[in-house]
Amino acid sequence: MHCQSQDFDTLDRRLIDCYQRDLPVCSRPFHAMAERLGASEEQVIERLQRLETLGVLSRVGPVFDHALAGASLLAAVAVPEEQRDAFAELINQVPGVNHNYAREHHYNLWFVMTAAEERSLDERLTQLETTLGRTILRLPMLESFHIDLAFAIPWAELEGI
Amino acid sequence: MSDFIWPSEEGGSKRLDAQDRAIVLATQAGLPLVSDPWGAVGEQVNMSGEEVLARMQAMLERGVIRRIAAVPNHYRLGYVANGMTVWDVADVDVERLGREIAAIEGVSHCYQRPRHRPHWPYNLFAMLHGRTREDVERQAQVLRACLGEACHGHRILYSSRILKKTGLRLATANPQTASTETDAQG
Repeated sequence: MHCQSQDFDTLDRRLIDCYQRDLPVCSRPFHAMAERLGASEEQVIERLQRLETLGVLSRVGPVFDHALAGASLLAAVAVPEEQRDAFAELINQVPGVNHNYAREHHYNLWFVMTAAEERSLDERLTQLETTLGRTILRLPMLESFHIDLAFAIPWAELEGI
Repeated sequence: MSDFIWPSEEGGSKRLDAQDRAIVLATQAGLPLVSDPWGAVGEQVNMSGEEVLARMQAMLERGVIRRIAAVPNHYRLGYVANGMTVWDVADVDVERLGREIAAIEGVSHCYQRPRHRPHWPYNLFAMLHGRTREDVERQAQVLRACLGEACHGHRILYSSRILKKTGLRLATANPQTASTETDAQG
């Protein structure tokens, strides 16, 4: 499920704590990180590779503006709980569905759909409503208050897991 | 290959030419972990390392790239409780309060979305992450107190299962593009 905190030493923790928000964008970023952390460039690269392999880092790289993906929308639908996975399968087959979460509510399937433009997004949703025989709650983002703060990883608390 | 242009939130437009797009496709799954990552990307896209770095810096300045980071997987780090909190907040206050609760610890995303009365009265969404559901409940109480009398009701929707989670698809006229990971939450 998740990793044990003793799997991570001080260098691992500092790499995650210091660079989860921004990497130095210079000609040799891992060298710059190594200098700051008092390690060698090889060590930094080796640790990042290990943390990626463990899945603790999903990647080391750019996070793109969501508009790059075109139009996108959060959608929800209420389906019988015992047929939930079958309905989810139908939804997941539609092009552009990239997240689908079961949630504990009357609206029990929540998915994000993207398309190159609004019109094709709308058409796909209307078609999906026919396939599912259900109305889909359409919840486009009107305003984002996202400020994208770094998380404080509770290393000490994780010791107890 | 024509340029790919889309409107930005600030009202201007953002443009990706063929070279930028090649860089996006080559880096979306992560940078090569080598001493000279830009040179390694450059080899894949037929550019010098200097040009790759200069273009990535320019995309950062224009906001095409939000940030370049060591992106943690919070679930792997023990944040296993994920609660989507939804709030019915007076329309006149939603913008001010949205900004306030977005700054509270534990909130990873915060958006205003349309209501669909009578089934769905909620217009403000805040995603909370904690180690346990109790953590998430505690955070939700902090949000509830912050929203005060403007809030007419709320729910916490816990995720019970992830049924699909993949990267987004880079939207271009060219269908051969691969998947692109972004910050999108719809």
